[in-house]
Amino acid sequence: MSAEAYTNDTGGQMEPVIRLTNVCKSFGTNHVLREFNLTLNRGENVVVLGRSGSGKSVLIKCIVGLITYDSGTIQVLGQDIQSMRPLELDEVRSRIGFLFQSNALYDSMTVRENLEFPLRRHRRRMSGQEVNRLVMEALTNVGLPHTVDMMPSELSGGMRKRIALARSVILNPEIILYDEPTTGLDPITGREISGLMNELGKKYNISSIIISHDMNCVKAVADRIIVLVDGKCFEEGTYDELKNSQHDNIRKFFEL
Amino acid sequence: MKIKATRQFLIETGDITRFSGRFFVELFLKGGEYAETLRQCFFLGYKSIGLVVTTGFIIGLVITIQSRPTLVTFGAEAWLPGMIAVSLVREIVPVVTALICAGKIGSGIGAELGSMKVTEQIDAMDVSGTNPFKYLVVTRVVAATLMVPLLVVFADVVALYGGYLGVNLRGDVSWNLYWAQVLDSLAFGDIIPSLAKTFFFGFAIGLISCYKGYTTRHGTEGVGRSANASVVISSILVFILDLLAVQLTDLLQLT
Repeated sequence: MSAEAYTNDTGGQMEPVIRLTNVCKSFGTNHVLREFNLTLNRGENVVVLGRSGSGKSVLIKCIVGLITYDSGTIQVLGQDIQSMRPLELDEVRSRIGFLFQSNALYDSMTVRENLEFPLRRHRRRMSGQEVNRLVMEALTNVGLPHTVDMMPSELSGGMRKRIALARSVILNPEIILYDEPTTGLDPITGREISGLMNELGKKYNISSIIISHDMNCVKAVADRIIVLVDGKCFEEGTYDELKNSQHDNIRKFFEL
Repeated sequence: MKIKATRQFLIETGDITRFSGRFFVELFLKGGEYAETLRQCFFLGYKSIGLVVTTGFIIGLVITIQSRPTLVTFGAEAWLPGMIAVSLVREIVPVVTALICAGKIGSGIGAELGSMKVTEQIDAMDVSGTNPFKYLVVTRVVAATLMVPLLVVFADVVALYGGYLGVNLRGDVSWNLYWAQVLDSLAFGDIIPSLAKTFFFGFAIGLISCYKGYTTRHGTEGVGRSANASVVISSILVFILDLLAVQLTDLLQLT
């Protein structure tokens, strides 16, 4: 189904941008995802909550085609991610931002080159001036325009996270996938990153899936939370709904 | 235990074969990374010149000094320039230069790609719509294949210059006579096969190092292991390829 047809079918406020249906993924005998279902609507922030090793990172890597899944379907912007040809996949990926847990900034490049990299790949005809303007705009959005000529190794953990966030939004994506965006950061920096995620999401109308253990971050950004247990969606609801849940698997997250 | 090790060896050999197959497929796909290839040529080639030239000079000097007494014993001292020229150009310089490149280039590529792998930089590249295999692997293998022969040519010239100094430490051979003897003793069959094999040395070093780096697992410990294995396997392959090249040259009667 084409992206256009998909949009027309669903239309309106609740237009799904990502839809996972009965997705299964195993590594040998370890069944990470078991008939997992998830729908992300346009403009929505969905948090996937789960214990370490429960397959949350595998889930978002399946969504961008970094990991192939065993069965089920994943539709991103109306297209089946696993049946795409490489060029089609690149085109869809250019509409998705991905914030890695480790930031994944290119060590051998300056901050400017890190931000220019996706632009040079996807906006080949863009002039040098325009590229520079977008780089500076992205850095200004995250409050770090002065780091433009620095190397990633010269930056603190929080600054690296902000730069990675700037790189994720530089192509003006429709969706961002966040893999534990505040892990390893102090609470103040964590709050700043959560604030930036909200701010950028609203500014550019971005839909996002957030993998996180940090309940402060979850509270700040989540429109809806999905609790992943044994590879399945165990519970789904808003922060307040799940906070009042009586189930042990859920209460433990909120008691931290 | 032996069965397990043999099985692992065969699996790895198969993986390397598939990896090299992918290299050739990606090499001829449209959309070459020319700028990155040039950048890698600069890093792998230009930045190795100092090391290669220094070792080349020392090898030339040492081989000459050590060969002299034997030739003096047989009264064949006049053959010294010709003899060292053949041994340096045909065998010693290509192999030693390739081993140095295996150490410098191999460990560098293995560690760099390994580190990129474990810190998800390769995944980030993939997600940003760049084919990481083409951008990281193809460029480095091509650069290594082209730069190692070039470095060997530099090292050959400098080693022969070292030989000239070695000859004159205890003798008196003019610059013109030395080079006349050197060039007289070197034939087409000496230079071309020795240069041809260095392309294979470069390819092997680039490919193995990229394979080890690109398939790194188990965090930072894995990065160290990849860098180490890149050097060890590349060095062994240099010797194996050299052996095959000598046999082939002999078979084709290019000697």
